[in-house]
Parts: sequence; structure tokens; C-alpha cells
Amino acid sequence: MNNLIVFPLLIPLTTAVLMIFLHHHIAAQRWISAVSMVLNVAAAVMIVSQVRAEGIQTLYMGGWVPPYGILFAADMLAALLVLTTAVIGTACLLYAFRTIGEQRERHYFYPLFQFLVAGVMGSFLTGDLFNLFVCFEVMLISSYALIVLGGTKRQLRETLKYILINILSSTLFVAAVAYLYGVVGTLNMAQLSTRVAEAGQGGVLNVIAVLFLIVFSLKAGLFLFFWLPGSYSAPPAAVTALFGALLTKVGLYALIRTFTLIFYNDPGVTHAWIGGMAGATMILGGLGALAYSDIPRILNYNVVISVGFIAFGLSVATQDALEGAVLYLLHDMVAKALMFFLGGLIIAAAGTDRLKEMGGMIGRYPLLGWLFFVLALALAGVPPLSGFPGKLLMLRGGLDAEAYGLTAIALASSLVVLYSLMKIFMQAFWGEEKPEFAAQPVKPSRTIWLALGMTAALVVLLGIGSESVYALVSQAADGLVHPQSYIEAVLKE
Amino acid sequence: MELFMSLTIGVLFAVGVYLILSKSLLRIILGTSLLTQGVHLLLLTMSRLKTGAPPLLGEKADAYVDPLPQALILTSIVISFGVTSFFFVLAYKAYQKLGTDNMEELRGDEHE
Repeated sequence: MNNLIVFPLLIPLTTAVLMIFLHHHIAAQRWISAVSMVLNVAAAVMIVSQVRAEGIQTLYMGGWVPPYGILFAADMLAALLVLTTAVIGTACLLYAFRTIGEQRERHYFYPLFQFLVAGVMGSFLTGDLFNLFVCFEVMLISSYALIVLGGTKRQLRETLKYILINILSSTLFVAAVAYLYGVVGTLNMAQLSTRVAEAGQGGVLNVIAVLFLIVFSLKAGLFLFFWLPGSYSAPPAAVTALFGALLTKVGLYALIRTFTLIFYNDPGVTHAWIGGMAGATMILGGLGALAYSDIPRILNYNVVISVGFIAFGLSVATQDALEGAVLYLLHDMVAKALMFFLGGLIIAAAGTDRLKEMGGMIGRYPLLGWLFFVLALALAGVPPLSGFPGKLLMLRGGLDAEAYGLTAIALASSLVVLYSLMKIFMQAFWGEEKPEFAAQPVKPSRTIWLALGMTAALVVLLGIGSESVYALVSQAADGLVHPQSYIEAVLKE
Repeated sequence: MELFMSLTIGVLFAVGVYLILSKSLLRIILGTSLLTQGVHLLLLTMSRLKTGAPPLLGEKADAYVDPLPQALILTSIVISFGVTSFFFVLAYKAYQKLGTDNMEELRGDEHE
């Protein structure tokens, strides 16, 4: 029992409720939301150090012993993701201060932001399948409001599609929960795991596993990503950064959790499906990243590629591959946030999102240009930076498991990522300066520089200091390879 | 009894999917509503439709029906209620601003 692990959910929730009453006082909202995010980072750091020292932490809501009540469980994976979410959330918030516009700030941007963070935190920490559904909905409903906030024609159009897809996947989620409850009669993840193992996963349980795979793939953009490029190019950069860094990753976390904790008994079926979908995602996402010549599309397809890449690690499911997947997941959340920050600034500076109409920006915005260059190298996985260790581990896992085809696709996808981002860098920053630059040159404010600096420093530090992160990551992967430890920690009484 | 419920749920799903695949936005929203109805009935059905007293301890019965799915359904109903009302308002706003409820005309930019 440890009350600390509910704080990452509780802090944003109370902040959001408080800020609904303050929606006319923009300065107050900024201060309160920033302070609450910093508190959240502190709580997350404490959780990580506690899980490191004492193993998996659990909290039984209302003192009901599992499997009867709802519980929160923080293993190392959840703790690390909570910490990353808190840091990325802080960066997105700082970035939003000067870019989101007063109109949106007046109309409950900050409360919605906090509700979204609360939903994400809840999804990472919960130990109950239906509670996971509820946290997903908290996150999704705030994301509906955030994506349409501002109400431009494009936002309205894309939100209609985004909501429809998510209603559909949520309905399927409830259907999958109903089937699973009908077969094994529980919703607690740890007890589900033991009962699925006792029943001998096969037949109907495999069907349910694939149904869960479809549900979470729709949320994560794994193969079923057709909704993602359009939806993510509608809202402003601060919101897209939040979505690209957090929302798809929650889907991925749910995939990792379900297929390492509950449905791990028949990898010949389920993990083969994941592998196939991961390969297709990397190929299709790569084609999209190569095909388009406007910045939002290229960035959005890069999100898709990385989802496929992490799913490849999950499908191999050796210790190496899972360590790599976790490490890459952490890197990707940070790097994708930085990518959308920079993309938003480039579009604002050029006054257009078409690459053909840009050029020669390095003279006016040298720092922006070199940051983008470093980011492109990090996303492609060039050694001193953060993308490298995760990729290396995953590729080693893939080769050990003799998944040569998938490993080759994964390697090739890194080249595509590098090419597509370098295309942006070379066309936007090199060459002749185009006269149709925005008349007002963009001057990033201090908070924006702080957000950029935070994420860029993390991208570099996660690469250079990967040795110290590795200890934590390998503890997380240990828990994934041996689900018994999670079950014992949750059901010990 | 479960068989009849399953068939009904199947029909609800079929009609819901058919409506979602149509062009008009209102028909799509109605389709999502039918789907959620179907899935709530599915939750009820999957917990076995045994006869028993309503889950109230005052009934002092020998057997009660399973109380858990009822709580799940109640949660899911209010969530889908909130989402559906948001969807309706969004459709209204989109109709005002975009001037159409035909999904074919909501494709987006010409270069997509």
C-alpha cells in the first residue's frame, strides 16, 4: 500500500477542477498549471526511486483487497512512463503559453490539458481493465475538445473523423471487455493473467486477444493509422506535440501491458499478428513520409513509423527487444514532442507549411535549424543521441529471435526517417532565401526556449547517459518478461 | 435466452455498421448510438442471463444476478451519453460552418 502512486492522477485532476473556476484569469491559470506540472514531476521522480528501491508499488482503492476493488499498480515501466509524461507535459505547457493564443486560453485550454494528463497518468497506473477503459475515455474526451478548440473549418472537419474512429474503437474495447469477462469472469489484470494461463490460451481467448489488438492498434496507430495523419495536422503545434508524444504511446503501453501480462501464452498467434502489423506500419508509414512535401504530414507519418518500430520490439518479446522497446518508447515520447515544437516554429517562421515555398532559413534562424538537425539524427538513431541504444537493443533482439525480415524493415525505416527529416532540413534551411517569408519574424519567447531546451537536453542526455537509464529500463523489461512478479505483487494478500 | 440476445445484438451491430458507412453525418451518429446500445446489451448477456433476484441485499434471495456488469454498463452509458452529445453539438457546429452534412464533401484539401 502506497498512497504516493495516486498523486500523478490526483494532481492534474484537482488542478483542472480548480482552474475551471479561474478561466478568466489567464495569468493565474498559467502559474497554477505550471506549478502543478512541476509537482507532478517531483511525485513521478519519487515513484521511480521508490519502485527502484522496493519493487512494484500497489494501492488498493478504498482498502478493498484485489481482485474485488480497483487498484493502482506502479511497476518500473509505468513509473518511467509517468515520469516521462510529467516532463513532456511540462514542456508542452511551457510551449503553449506563447503559442496557443488568448482565445483558446480563455476557453478552458488549461483545464482540458490537465484532464488529458490525468487520463494518461491513470491509464499508465491502473491495474484493472475497465478502469483502463475509463481512463482512456477521460483522455479521449479531453483530446476531442482540445483538437477542436478554436473551431476553424479544418479542425471541425478533422474532429468529426477523429471522434467517429475513437467512438468505434471504444465500443470495440467494451465488447472485448465483455467477451473476456464472459470467459474468465474477472477484470483485474493480475487475476486475468493467472486465469488466462490456467485456461490455456487458445481458441476463444486468442480471438479476444486479437480483438484487443485491433482496439489498441486503432488507438496507437499501429497499422490502423488511417485517421492519424489528417487528425494530427488540424490542431495547433502545442496540442499536436501533446498528442504525438502521449496519446499514441498510451495505446502502445496498453498493447505492451496486455501482451506481456495477459496474453503471453500463445505468441505463435498473437505476436505473429503484432509482427505483421508492425512491419506493414513501418512500410506504409515510410511511404507516407516519403510521399508528402508538407511539414505536418511528414511529421505525422514519422509518428506512425515509430509506433511500428516499437511494436516490432513487442512482437519479438525477448529480454533484449523489450528493453529496447521501453528505451525507445521513452526516447520517442521526448523526441516527438521536440519534433512537433520545432515543426510548429518552422511553419510559423515561414508562414506556410509547404516545403516548396521555404528556403534559406538558416541565416535568420540558425539555432532552430541546428536543433532540427540534431533531432533528425536522434530520431534516425545516430550513436551519441537518444534513439541509438533503444534501436540497437531491439535490432539485436530481432536478430537473436531470427526475425530477419522484420529487422531489415526496421533498419530500412531508420533510413526513411532520416531522409524525410533531412528533406525538411535541407529544403527549409538551405538554399536561397525566399522573399515570401512571413513579414513578422518569429521570436521564440523565453518559455518556448525553455521547452525546446528541456526536450533537446533530454534527447542528448538520454543518449549519452543511457548507461544510467539502462538500469531502470532493464528492471522494467524484467517485469515484462516475467509477469509472475507483477501478479505476486498485486495479489500477495 | 442468450442466443436470442446474441442475435439481437448482432442485428444492432449490423445496422449500426451500415449506418456508420453512409454519407450523411446524422445517420453516422445514429449508427454509433446503435453500436453502443448493442455493446451494452452484450455486456449484460456475457455475464449469463440466469434468473435471480435484483442485486439488493434487502431481497434476501437465494440467488442474485451478477451486479458487476450492471455497474460497468452504467459507467459506459454515461460515458457514451457524454460523447454522443458532444458529437451532436460538433455536427451542428460543423453544419453551420462548413455548410454540408455529406461526408463525401468533408474530404479536405485538394492535394490530399
